[in-house]
Amino acid sequence: MIQVENIYKAFEHTEVLKDISVFFEEKKTNLIIGQSGSGKTVLLKCIIGLLNIDHGRILYDDIVFNKLSFKKKKEIRKNIGMVFQGGALFDSETVEQNVKFPLDMFTDMTDQEKHQRVNECLERVNILNANHLYPAEISGGMQKRVAIARAIVLNPKYLFFDEPISGLDPNSAIRIDRLIRELTRDFETTTIINTHDMNSVMEIGDKVIFLYDGQKWWEGSRHDILDTENQELNDFVFATNLAKTVRDLRKSGHST
Amino acid sequence: MIKPFRDFFTHIGRYLMLMSRVFAPPEKKRMYYRQTLKEIEFLGINSMGIVAIISIFIGAVITIQTSYNTESPLYPSYLIGLAVRDILLLEFSSTIVALILAGKIGSNIASELGSMRITEQIDALEIMGVNSASYLIMPKIVAAVFFLPFLTIMSIFIGLTGGWLGGIATGVVSSSDYLYGIQYAFIPFYVTYTLIKAAIFGFIITSISAYRGYYSYGGALQVGKSSTRAVVESSIIILITNYILTQLLLT
Repeated sequence: MIQVENIYKAFEHTEVLKDISVFFEEKKTNLIIGQSGSGKTVLLKCIIGLLNIDHGRILYDDIVFNKLSFKKKKEIRKNIGMVFQGGALFDSETVEQNVKFPLDMFTDMTDQEKHQRVNECLERVNILNANHLYPAEISGGMQKRVAIARAIVLNPKYLFFDEPISGLDPNSAIRIDRLIRELTRDFETTTIINTHDMNSVMEIGDKVIFLYDGQKWWEGSRHDILDTENQELNDFVFATNLAKTVRDLRKSGHST
Repeated sequence: MIKPFRDFFTHIGRYLMLMSRVFAPPEKKRMYYRQTLKEIEFLGINSMGIVAIISIFIGAVITIQTSYNTESPLYPSYLIGLAVRDILLLEFSSTIVALILAGKIGSNIASELGSMRITEQIDALEIMGVNSASYLIMPKIVAAVFFLPFLTIMSIFIGLTGGWLGGIATGVVSSSDYLYGIQYAFIPFYVTYTLIKAAIFGFIITSISAYRGYYSYGGALQVGKSSTRAVVESSIIILITNYILTQLLLT
């Protein structure tokens, strides 16, 4: 269970997060959405401890994470898998070495066991015959999937994604969304995704948190979004003509 | 007026805090050992070529210059060998080689860590529960502290050989005089002195460059700036440290 309570974060004199409290649903996909600059990435980085909050509490299974020492935070982080916006794969290592890295660092598995586990994870994300390629030799979509394989290799309890489909073509984006949904279901992870893509929201958002100007402006399920009266959320969700058309068709009684 | 002082002490504080993280106990010794071997190859073995080329020519040039500056019959020609030996041993092979390596490996370390920072690879390590400072920086420091003395010894021998070859080729000193000179009035402590300096310079180059790279931010431009700062700052600190060590060890 991950929960944040009344957190504040400022850079210099600019307040980026203001009094945010959220309960992230366990074993579900929780999406943080909002415009660029609304504080999504800062919130995600605060939750995983890459940024220190100024005030408030971040709880992992009732343990106050933000008050822990670096050493104790490390123990909790071993249960976290994170996929960064750019993949953050180690450029000097091959696909296989990237996925194997957490196993090398934190397990006493034999080389054969590690190799087997790496292949299982790569198969799970549909990466085949790329073990010996370097990140620069594979496409952006493949890099994201390798990053996901690396994130799940230790069977984490919590999965975090920062803009998982940014920069991908629509087909690759749909494949990544489906993969995230399947992983959350199969591995029973609590998944937190930071996105501004409405397709992702409608495809996989069990719980959606909308940030606006550094504050939690709205929360609910993906089904509630279409009927919301919240002006700022409406402006965000129905910013494109396509989305407006879908809404209008829906309102006029057409099936979507 | 106050800002530069504040910035200076902020950097000192952050550098010390980084070093305290760098020397924390490793998560898995085998991984660090493997990483250290990689760094020895990357930072040390790959620098042998440039050190050898520079040393051989500097040795030859010192021989020729010393001979032209000591043309008086009052100076025995074996002093050329002595001068080459002492210049290489006391200054060139430790300090000048360290300055050259500050340019080569210092910029390399700063740009490598800077790129890792801006592409979130360092964040990825942290999230996995790895002490990124220790995992990425400690092997570089260990490799440099152990390998720079070796490069220094190599530089001394190659420089002496270069001086000998240069002396014979130009005829400014006979082989026997040169060989006598490099053994004449030899003070063994000079070797200890130069090895101590080399090890300390290895630490300075890697730790300062790593500090600059580790705390890079922004994009490619900032990584380039960090890399330049790493070279300039480690060179200046090498020169200051050289002065202090000379005062402490040789007087």
